[in-house]
Amino acid sequence: MANETRESAQGSSRIQATGPGEVTVDIRTPDLEINFGPQHPATHGVMRILMRADGELVTGAQPHLGYLHRCAEKIGENVEWLQYLPYTDRYDYLASMNNNLGYSLAVEALLGIEIPRRATLIRIICAELNRIGSHLVAFGTYGLDIGAFTPFLYTFREREWMMALFEKICGARLTYSYIRIGGVFNDAPPGWFEEVARFCDVFDEKWKEYCDLLLVNQIYVKRTANVGVISRDMALDFGLTGPMVRGSGIDWDLRRDMPYMCYGEIWRDGAFKIPVARGEMGALGDCWDRSWVRVMEMVESTKIVRWCLDHMVDGPVIGEIPKTLKVPAGEAYVGIENPRGELGHYVVSDGGKVSIRTRVRGPSFCNLAVLEDVLPGSLVGDAIAIIGSTDIVVGETDR
Amino acid sequence: MSGTSAFLEGLKAGLGEFVPMWALWLGSALISVAIALGLISLIAMFSVWLERKVAGHIQCRYGPMYVGWHGWLQSIADGVKLLLKEDLIPRDADRVLFMLAPALVLAAIVGAMAAYPLAPGILFADIDLGLFFIIAMSSMTTIGVVMAGWASNSKWTIYGSMREAAQVVAYEIPLGVSLLVPVMVAGTLNLREASAAQADFFGMGWFMFKNPFMLPAFLLFLVAALAETKRAPFDLPEAESELVAGFMTEYSGIRWSFFFMEEYAAMFLMSAIGAVFFLGGFESPLTHLAGQLFGRDLVVVGAGPEFAFTAINWGALVYQLVAGGTLLVKSFLGIFLMMWLRWTLPRIRIDQVMTMGYKYLTPLALVCVLGAALWEAGWQALVRS
Repeated sequence: MANETRESAQGSSRIQATGPGEVTVDIRTPDLEINFGPQHPATHGVMRILMRADGELVTGAQPHLGYLHRCAEKIGENVEWLQYLPYTDRYDYLASMNNNLGYSLAVEALLGIEIPRRATLIRIICAELNRIGSHLVAFGTYGLDIGAFTPFLYTFREREWMMALFEKICGARLTYSYIRIGGVFNDAPPGWFEEVARFCDVFDEKWKEYCDLLLVNQIYVKRTANVGVISRDMALDFGLTGPMVRGSGIDWDLRRDMPYMCYGEIWRDGAFKIPVARGEMGALGDCWDRSWVRVMEMVESTKIVRWCLDHMVDGPVIGEIPKTLKVPAGEAYVGIENPRGELGHYVVSDGGKVSIRTRVRGPSFCNLAVLEDVLPGSLVGDAIAIIGSTDIVVGETDR
Repeated sequence: MSGTSAFLEGLKAGLGEFVPMWALWLGSALISVAIALGLISLIAMFSVWLERKVAGHIQCRYGPMYVGWHGWLQSIADGVKLLLKEDLIPRDADRVLFMLAPALVLAAIVGAMAAYPLAPGILFADIDLGLFFIIAMSSMTTIGVVMAGWASNSKWTIYGSMREAAQVVAYEIPLGVSLLVPVMVAGTLNLREASAAQADFFGMGWFMFKNPFMLPAFLLFLVAALAETKRAPFDLPEAESELVAGFMTEYSGIRWSFFFMEEYAAMFLMSAIGAVFFLGGFESPLTHLAGQLFGRDLVVVGAGPEFAFTAINWGALVYQLVAGGTLLVKSFLGIFLMMWLRWTLPRIRIDQVMTMGYKYLTPLALVCVLGAALWEAGWQALVRS
């Protein structure tokens, strides 16, 4: 026991909450155990990290989850296929379109139905716009974590327009339930595509402002470069996905490597690139690299949106889907590139009206695991920067 | 003759027969404290409003707009709200220290205000060690902050107060040393006299332009003053994304607002010191002109035989107002600069703060002092020969 305590004080082993069992060996000042969260402005929701700190130095960290657990997967096994769609909105509430898309694709894979071309293109536009919106929040709130307030409001200026676009197409601003099984809920209103094109044009100018204001700001670089370095091996070991893995220099993007819908076609057209960090400001895989990847991904998303606008066709936006859907027996897994990484839906049907197993692989949950190994050894200020750079949404880690 | 003593002399002349001298002295002291406290409240309220407007306009929004014209009454509304809020003291807090800390912080800053010259002839106290007094008193607030952090009995507040202590110790040195440069040129620590020493060249003989080492010293002073007043990018003691609200986490209501008032008053005093010792203080071409037109001395001592003072040069009041206004404008320009930086820059990490203070600012400030001293000595040798 004594040995274990000494080890944990050095941060080499996992830490436990202080309890009656813990004993203090030799004369030394005990490390401070801090409950970082669940109510803390930098946890991006209700996450709790039990941190052990020696002054400003973090010697151990253990994330505790479950404060926002809403039994999403169990609900998926109790409601009908179509009824589950609104629940998907709620895991990663910053990227609801992508969540809808992931679930719809999984169910469609079981149904084996053809999606109208127009619906596919509208889906991609919505998913990519939502990716922009999600990364805007990620980057803006990351600025808040570092202590810069203004970039947050700059990013929300553009996000506001993005949400207005979604409001026009589906009436909701956050939880859309717009992408349905078989297509999308309704066609875009007149003039919507033109406005999306205008948004892309304006955004091409605006993202440079974020770079000037924050990304290449010397203080920002000093705060994030060489901080929270996740090496390539570590990224692979932890199964990181999305900007987290690309921030560690691994070229992995499901839109290209496991293409769904017509992303493969867009990639072959050369319409977009996949930004992969090169360790420009410090070690490869530091916080700066991850934020750079997010900013660059927003730019690439506008290119995908433009391609879809250029190739838009007329036609129906949803196939013939009965109100009470019966899905053929079988199982399907579809992983899509959510803004935070691979969002996987694994659904099993016995041929009935209700799924017998719904399993969600949430990218935030998987990316969060790396915190326990990255945080020890950093300063308290760095710890905030690292947590912010993982860009978790607690709604998804807990579901 | 300073304002307070002239005021006292006047009172003595008028009431000396009826009221003992100590009562007059006490009465004038109390009035001065009340004025200083009122002034601090006014400055804090205006600065809070200004901060919110500046932040708003930097962030593509307007800031407060509803309470009064462009929200100018917002601070008063907030003040009323803060007065009415529940005064929470955590159960495990050290009650005495918890209640004492905000009072100490406010008292220290009100004390520091005593050395602030409202105008060349209107002062609370004409202290020969004015600069030293202000710096010493505003350092006292650190004790209050550490006390608040300790008494709150929370880990976050401890972090905040330890950071504050480390930061203030690190930056007090470059702050003081960089101020030595203009003090050496002025030959005085008295704010009024230092300002008067810059009156040549039609009110543009600012210390800033009198010595090549003054500009680097001014920049060092700016950085150190930011750290000293806990302003971004050095706002680590209350870094809200890291420490919730730092040492203020457990405070609410009016006690919390005391810390807030202290912050803005400290900003104001630091800006005022910078304005007096680098940017000419009261002096500007406009002040010079007013002085030429209306005369400078408000009270002409011994002008008549009957009283200690007989003649009040009412015209000089214009000069005094212009001079006081000049210093006020310069101080608020300093405050504006601090706000501008706050809403533009991210926060520095604690080790970077320490590195900067000890490894860069302190040696540079010492170099500035040495260079300025040699320059002055050389200059004076040249003048004498």
